Amino acid sequence: MDILVCVKRVPMVGGRIVLTAGGQDVDTRMSGFTVSPHEECAVEEAVQITERAGGAVTVLTLGPPEAADQLRDMLALGAHRGVLLETDGREWGPVATAAAIAKAVGELGAAAFPLILVGNEAADTGGYQVGIRVAHALGRPCVTGIKRLDVAGDMLRAWREYGGGEEEFEVALPAVVGVKEGINLPRYPSLPGRLRAKRAETAVLKPAWQADGLRKVALRVPAGSAQRARVLGHGTEAVPELMRVLGEIGVLSPAGVAGGDGAMT
Amino acid sequence: MSPTVLCLVELEHGEVAVASQRALAVARSLVEAPSSGGTLAAVVFGASGALADGVAADLTRHGATELCLASAGGLTGYAPAAWARTLEQLAAARTAAAVVAAATDHGSEVLAHLGAMTGLPVAANCVSAAATGHGTWQLVRHRWAGSLLEEAILEAPCALLTVAADASQADAGPADAALGDATAGEAEAGDAVPGEAGALGSTPSGAGPGIDAAPGLPVVAFTPELDAADLRVRATESAGQGGGMSLATARVVIGGGRGVGGPEGFAALEELAGLLGGVVGVSRVVTSQGWRPHRQQVGQTGTKISPDLYLACGISGAIQHLAGCQSAKHIVAVNTDPDAPIMSRAEYAVIGDLNEVIPALVAAIRQAVGRG
Repeated sequence: MDILVCVKRVPMVGGRIVLTAGGQDVDTRMSGFTVSPHEECAVEEAVQITERAGGAVTVLTLGPPEAADQLRDMLALGAHRGVLLETDGREWGPVATAAAIAKAVGELGAAAFPLILVGNEAADTGGYQVGIRVAHALGRPCVTGIKRLDVAGDMLRAWREYGGGEEEFEVALPAVVGVKEGINLPRYPSLPGRLRAKRAETAVLKPAWQADGLRKVALRVPAGSAQRARVLGHGTEAVPELMRVLGEIGVLSPAGVAGGDGAMT
Repeated sequence: MSPTVLCLVELEHGEVAVASQRALAVARSLVEAPSSGGTLAAVVFGASGALADGVAADLTRHGATELCLASAGGLTGYAPAAWARTLEQLAAARTAAAVVAAATDHGSEVLAHLGAMTGLPVAANCVSAAATGHGTWQLVRHRWAGSLLEEAILEAPCALLTVAADASQADAGPADAALGDATAGEAEAGDAVPGEAGALGSTPSGAGPGIDAAPGLPVVAFTPELDAADLRVRATESAGQGGGMSLATARVVIGGGRGVGGPEGFAALEELAGLLGGVVGVSRVVTSQGWRPHRQQVGQTGTKISPDLYLACGISGAIQHLAGCQSAKHIVAVNTDPDAPIMSRAEYAVIGDLNEVIPALVAAIRQAVGRG
């Protein structure tokens, strides 16, 4: 089965997010880029399915010319082809992004991809909607939040965590599935994978930017995220002070303390 | 004209889910901001018989002025597109100014379907919203799962918003203090239901059985017209594995990161968690190394926690991780690096090797228990 996976280039933020002057964007001068974690798992899932059942994995991204780097990263994980919907670097909203993806799928041959996988939500915008909008544009059913997937014939069963239990869905292909990290453990790119990625073909399409009805004014760092922890001490010498703090917080006398019965307070 | 705002309300154990309470608070701010006398209709899916006595009172307390019970033949259980179709028809029938839902799996999914059906934008993970007139809204919403805030303008004939489930009050910012009085309610509404609100099947007294228990909250039934495509995706629920405490709801979480050093290093953290009646949570590094299963991962792409104590051991505090523990009441970090990013989120810190500090802490707790 041929599978399309949509990924998004996002800054690799690591430990601190620094904003550009004016607060319009995350400052990426000192950081690299990556794809959102859910999406890396989507690519791994697609590769595993094609390893079992045959077919090819196409990875698509909408982004600046540099987003070709992320396509190559995904090709190195085992995807076969790349499609870049090249932009001029402006931020695209979910409505326009989904429309561009659906249009591209139509041009690539909608029937070519019985299964389209997306990450459940992007790390930066967290919109939770591009996959669903693509599904509607293509007239397909869509399930999201998926942590377990079983594709057999032209049906798929999918599970997600819900309220301490699970929700199970069964839908007919063609379909769109939003997956979450945890569905698998993505492999590391192999050397042959990297070499193959260099040679793999990448198609480039240039969709036109559209306004989305939702406009960013500015970004800011939430108040209170620049406090300093009070140091209780160093090494094991800090344990008595740590005990005092845990007592203050009130966690030293739960039922969980074997035979404790509130003895700690 | 007085606006009508619809708010999708999810129930949890027969009560209004906490995330939906936040959604109601933001929805209410949209009703009250431009003029008084607007309608805040709480939309609840499922049979009315399943509604606990306390729900109507609970809804009133959170600002709802109407309860809309949506049901249709074939619509039992969760069906995202069908729920969205229902909201679409309801919003059209009532000329709704906005449709709001909690940014839960269900709420986010349903509003995305609604956005796709109507072609309208959806502003996800809002912490506050204010109508500024002429189909324009001023929003503050999460980016990077709350590590950043975005001020945004939404222009749409009907505002579709999801409300961040873990939005803190301080995040609300200049646009509105919507969440500030989220829990302040009309006392008389709360008083209307005697006994324990939300106890399923509890004996109603005074005001009568079921949803009539809260006087003054009109109940409207709505039956959407659904087609086969709307019902293609339907959930079958199954219980969890049972047993074991949930990471999301644990009162104490002992976190382990790269500093734990390997899979065998978690024994001491498990022991400490057991002593404090808590569970172990881990960072993304730990799961991507395969040291621990993903269901123990705390973070943006793992589980979001809100314990009384989060003891973060050997965790540097990547943005991805902090997004999952920002709702913890108290964070204590144990780390060899006094400049690790976690230090800017933790309240207290022990500078040192967790593989020495944690066993010593376990011994101290055991000794204290023995003495007691």
